[in-house]
Amino acid sequence: MHRNGPIALLFHTLVVGFVLAPLVVICLVAFTPANTLTLPTTHVSLRWFAAVFDHPDFVASFFNSLWVAATAATIAVVLAVAAGLALDRYDFRGRAALNALFLSPLMIPHLVLGVALLRLFALIGATGSLVWLTAGHIVVVTPYVLRLVLAALSGLDRSAEQAAVTLGASGWIVFRRITVPMILPGITGGWLLAFINSFDELTMSIFITSPATVTLPVRMYMYATESIDPMMAAVSALMIAVTAAAMLLLDRIFGLDKILVGQG
Amino acid sequence: MNSARASTTPWLLAAPGALLFTALVLVPLGLTLILSFHVYDAASGVKDETTLAHYIATLSDGYFLNIFWRTLRLAALTTLICALIGAPEAYILSRMREPWRSIFLLAIIGPLLVSVVVRAFGWSMLLGPTGLVNEAFRAFGPGTVKILYTETAIVIALVHVMLPFMVIPVWTSLQKLDPMVEAAAWTLGASRFTALRRVVLPQVTMGILSGSLVVFGLSASAFAIPALLGGRRLKMAATLVYDEYMHELNWPLGAAIAILVLIINLVIMLAYQRVVEARARRTLG
Amino acid sequence: MGFLSLDGLTKLYGDVAAVSDVHLSVAKGEFISLLGPSGCGKTTTLQMIAGLVEPTSGRIMLDGRDITHEKPDRRGLGIVFQSYALFPHMTVAQNVSFGLEMRKVPRAERDARVKQALVLVQLAALADRYPRQLSGGQRQRVAVARALVIDPPVLLLDEPLSNLDAKLREEMQFELRGIQQRIGTTTIMVTHDQGEALSMSDRVVVMEQGRIMQVDAPYRLYESPATPFISSFVGKMNRLPGVWGRSGFESNGRVLPCNGAGLTEGASAVLAIRPEKITLTSSGAGVLDGRVKARFFLGSAWFFTLETDAGLIGVSLPNAGEEPPREGDPVGLDWSKSSAKAAKPEGAQPA
Repeated sequence: MHRNGPIALLFHTLVVGFVLAPLVVICLVAFTPANTLTLPTTHVSLRWFAAVFDHPDFVASFFNSLWVAATAATIAVVLAVAAGLALDRYDFRGRAALNALFLSPLMIPHLVLGVALLRLFALIGATGSLVWLTAGHIVVVTPYVLRLVLAALSGLDRSAEQAAVTLGASGWIVFRRITVPMILPGITGGWLLAFINSFDELTMSIFITSPATVTLPVRMYMYATESIDPMMAAVSALMIAVTAAAMLLLDRIFGLDKILVGQG
Repeated sequence: MNSARASTTPWLLAAPGALLFTALVLVPLGLTLILSFHVYDAASGVKDETTLAHYIATLSDGYFLNIFWRTLRLAALTTLICALIGAPEAYILSRMREPWRSIFLLAIIGPLLVSVVVRAFGWSMLLGPTGLVNEAFRAFGPGTVKILYTETAIVIALVHVMLPFMVIPVWTSLQKLDPMVEAAAWTLGASRFTALRRVVLPQVTMGILSGSLVVFGLSASAFAIPALLGGRRLKMAATLVYDEYMHELNWPLGAAIAILVLIINLVIMLAYQRVVEARARRTLG
Repeated sequence: MGFLSLDGLTKLYGDVAAVSDVHLSVAKGEFISLLGPSGCGKTTTLQMIAGLVEPTSGRIMLDGRDITHEKPDRRGLGIVFQSYALFPHMTVAQNVSFGLEMRKVPRAERDARVKQALVLVQLAALADRYPRQLSGGQRQRVAVARALVIDPPVLLLDEPLSNLDAKLREEMQFELRGIQQRIGTTTIMVTHDQGEALSMSDRVVVMEQGRIMQVDAPYRLYESPATPFISSFVGKMNRLPGVWGRSGFESNGRVLPCNGAGLTEGASAVLAIRPEKITLTSSGAGVLDGRVKARFFLGSAWFFTLETDAGLIGVSLPNAGEEPPREGDPVGLDWSKSSAKAAKPEGAQPA
């Protein structure tokens, strides 16, 4: 392996600094004791974290986001495993179209999806319930799960399933005892990726949330357009913490670079 | 192996997802397309008559054209800067030793998973009149500069959000490159620069191209960054749609703009797929 | 009728016959090898017996029962896959136990039989390991134990040794054969390695382009190959062009000793002789003179390429511990009449 020269390393340092700067600043400002967006100079304070929990709307939004993300990710996994089996194992008329349909949310800007779902929900009177918001999130996150499930299925040694069959296992037992355990990393990785994407989603949600179903990113967006105080930094730091925890988990299970690079 | 044809099993497996996607992707898009042709009246709302007026207005009115032009210009600028930063960075990353390589790769692409609202907020703190950047400017010369709520702020934050989408495809194409080919070029008498230009660059061109298409498409439809860093006056296509829907309540006009954004995106994504397919064919053949 | 019999077994993929009209009868306890180059249909044949591929036509009978269309999970055959196909998320013991679980064997009996099977393949100490913690040879043994524990009437081995390195492969050949002889399970092995087929089997089935070319005991297959293809696929064979003259086979006016049958005088002929049937003597003392073009040391033997009037001839000599002729040395070649055979030149079979 060749070494990078000093210019390359300088460039690299600047890029990494650029990428991490806003996140680092958020995490520092979150601990400020002051009333303005300043870095803590004298001592660190948790008062703005405490302030977050004094805002019942933020707390409610956090639980909304949690519920939506966990439900959407779970249902997306079920749909994606079933669809993945169909797409990977069978050659049938309409397979390519089905594949395109399932991956289409990756090609449609979330803005457009939000506008389109707003129209549908308005026409059928579907508002005010987390169920509809979650349904929208399922559509957005399923493609991520499907890609990981398809990758896991195509990497699977089919002869292990054949071996199970020749040892006397029937179709359902093969699926439950052999196939699912073998693609489990893809399934858990897909669930986490779906969870994170749903938890962070703003652009589509902003169109289809109602006052009772506001998710955390939407709440933050609304708050940030009106006033900016260090509490935003504290909420942001909490979100970074949740994301980082999920990232570490993902990394353990699957290797984060594999998942993210696979995304491109 | 198991190419069971004319079987109902795959359809049964795919049916739940297919139904959901039809109901929540295809149907709403169709409804929105129809909506974009409906007459809107400020007093009585959406009417049953159809019209092309929204599309004509969008594509002829200077106000809208100005916003479209800004959207395309900023997206193009973001793409260019991402390519100029992302491609060399991916190359530098690929030449690092473990564990630094994995650590920095995660540092560069990990923020992809952090909510865009959070990142936009971080930049608004950095670029604001009392932010770190302006404090540095005050300390070292030019004094306070208005960055927040300018196009500069939008581009800086867009580059920050989009950079991973450039690094990833370039990194992927570099991974497929035999690390010894560069050394082979050196042994054949090529200078380091020549080796880079003649051997490495042609291999990653496709990665840069596909990264550029993704970055351009996502930038052109970005919402949170222009909304939070561009302020109320500097609108881009996505914030325009939001305003038409949420403030002006002119849904048909908003729908028409959204459809235009979708069409631009689909054209870009189809081009992207062509690129990916061409690359696949080249590596296979 | 044998214990397992294939009756006109055929598999078409579109218009292409992967296997055509295969007839084979296997006796109980026999070890049979299906030998051939890749694409010859041997693996497809095995998969049809296993039930993983549906035959286009023909019949498979097992112990008097027609199993042609029986589901693979009902056949009860033991199969060792080329990739071993171990279940990565199960321990060695759980892998071996899986087939017994499917048969609803009670827990206590299951444990006893798993243990017995692991002892058979000398893996009792590794029962709680996961496949990724095992070496290639150990994984192979797990696969064998897993296939044998269910007491299959027939054991099917799909290129079982191809993922092992050379030394291990040789050891496993003897071990597999030893296990098979001890428990007496009827076994069918697919291989492209002629050494494996010859050393392990009671009978070898040579296949080419979806058809059976010859079925014979290893020794007879080697000594009397039915076609030129087999003679060069199984072992090495020198092939010298010439004519059948009044006094026998002639090449460049020189008469070479050999047996010939069914040849008419004046017709062109090919003399076939294996490299190890030829000995080297001093120049002029043998049936043919030559010059050493190249020599290769193989450890237990030397292999020579000799330039002669009859063409290039390969000769294999056991290593007697002394240095044999060098490149460029003149030598004489000698062989007995019975070890060479002349025949009509056949088609365009490449040697």
